[in-house]
Amino acid sequence: MIPERRGLILGAGAALALGGCDRVARTSGLQCSLKKAEQVSQRSQRALARDRLAPEYEEKDISSDFRANGSVDPQASDYLALKANGFRDYRLILDGLVENPLSLSMTEIRARPSRTQITKHDCVEGWSAIAKWKGARLSRILDEARVKPEARFVVFYCFDALDQTEDGDRYYESIDVPEARHEQTILAYEMNDQTLPIANGAPLRLRLERQLGYKMAKYIKRIELVESFDHIAGGKGGYWEDRGYSWYAGI
Amino acid sequence: MTDHGVADTVDDERPQGEAARPHRHADRPLTGGRIDTWRHPLTVRLTHWLNVFAMTILVMSGINILMAHPHLYWGIRSTFADPWMSFPMAPDWLMVPMRRDLGAARGWHFLFAWIFVLNGLVYLAFITISGRLQRMMEPTRADLADIPHSIVEHARLKFPKGEEARRYNVLQKLTYLLVLLVLLPMMLATGLAMSPMMNAALPELLWILGGRQSARTLHFLAASGLVGFVFVHVALVVVAGFTNNMRSMITGWFVIEPEKEDAE
Ligand code: HEM
Repeated sequence: MIPERRGLILGAGAALALGGCDRVARTSGLQCSLKKAEQVSQRSQRALARDRLAPEYEEKDISSDFRANGSVDPQASDYLALKANGFRDYRLILDGLVENPLSLSMTEIRARPSRTQITKHDCVEGWSAIAKWKGARLSRILDEARVKPEARFVVFYCFDALDQTEDGDRYYESIDVPEARHEQTILAYEMNDQTLPIANGAPLRLRLERQLGYKMAKYIKRIELVESFDHIAGGKGGYWEDRGYSWYAGI
Repeated sequence: MTDHGVADTVDDERPQGEAARPHRHADRPLTGGRIDTWRHPLTVRLTHWLNVFAMTILVMSGINILMAHPHLYWGIRSTFADPWMSFPMAPDWLMVPMRRDLGAARGWHFLFAWIFVLNGLVYLAFITISGRLQRMMEPTRADLADIPHSIVEHARLKFPKGEEARRYNVLQKLTYLLVLLVLLPMMLATGLAMSPMMNAALPELLWILGGRQSARTLHFLAASGLVGFVFVHVALVVVAGFTNNMRSMITGWFVIEPEKEDAE
């Protein structure tokens, strides 16, 4: 029995598993290791979680001080115009790699199969807050749009620019199709039994309960099914991803 | 009964060979009655220093992450108006990377969390399979009876010589056990409990720890406990003989000073 040697082999194996990503040669060794670790985290967490639900809470657990982060009052002119008459002219556009592109009013979205859930919102900064959300199940809307087999990601384009200028970078996010089809993934239009407030993303925001808050696009304008998000904005799959945050936000 | 303790590492389990030739890890007499003894096998030394490196990055990137919302709470949600604890801004030199950058700090933290966990598993597997855990860290009855005396000896900064120096003393054993079996696993458990995807995979962990904000606070407290341990640990390494101790954790060999007068 030579556990010493076995230990070394194990250690070397671990080092190899984390190293060796020369395929992404354009990035530095460190960047490559960081990327690799993100992938290892994503794969192992997905393997463990499969399609399990995020924990759900009771009415009494709801936060009285739910914090609104990022944009809280978008000033883009197209948004202000829609807001002026209570989003009656709002249409959610869903297009890209689908056979049946959609354009849905809020009334139509409210008529779609919905889900209500009391969940914990985890901010990347470290805080959490609990709220009750009601929204249209994204999986059903994707079924309606008939997603083409080559579609891999669902991209959410938003009205808000964090710098509040007309031509500033608008917020956007992307998730993969399996995560979009998760039972708790909804396009929320109600928060704590009230119409979704402006500060929390009216008229429509994403709830993605097994990932961090920055994935949950607020003020959704358009949804696009794509094969890759390399060509969109900074190419990293989201506003914060383009600014150094990881695309996988389950951790 | 003499306790060979530390000297009997797994390496001694190889065939005896010719009786006359001394084992490569046998005691080596030095001048003045001092003895060079084999103390730390290679796996322990490598995993120890890799762990020091990983934990340094983890603590410093952890401070950077904490600075994104420098408040702690207990329970399942943040009570923003009434945090349990708040922190002043940490200086840049205390953080990895050396400026506030949550995205990058998280990248570092999770990369080194993997290294820390895999390295820790290699070490724990090694000390369990090789029997080092039991042999060197499990306190004996005599050890437990000796706790008050050992506290006094530590307070007087007196460290064992002769045969006694081959073994970890009882406070050292208990501290290592606390670190290895309580604090380090606690870091992992509380870290995982903060991950929303893990909450779906293993909701029980979240309940046991009392919610995400409790998990975050416990993560901080366990990390503080470890930082406290490191300060005491390094201080004791220094006062108990810096070069000898460091040599043992680098080369594996440790020098035992002879006892001045026969104690027992
Ligand atoms: C970063 C966190 C650290 C942890 C968790 C840690 C933990 C440990 C543990 C568990 C042992 C016993 C290993 C065994 O016998 O299997 C040990 C031994 C040792 N450590 Fe550390 N250590 C840390 C940092 C350091 C640092 C920064 C130094 C030096 C400056 C250091 C120097 C030593 C030495 C010299 C020994 C051998 C002590 C002896 O032979 O009596 N450690 N450490």
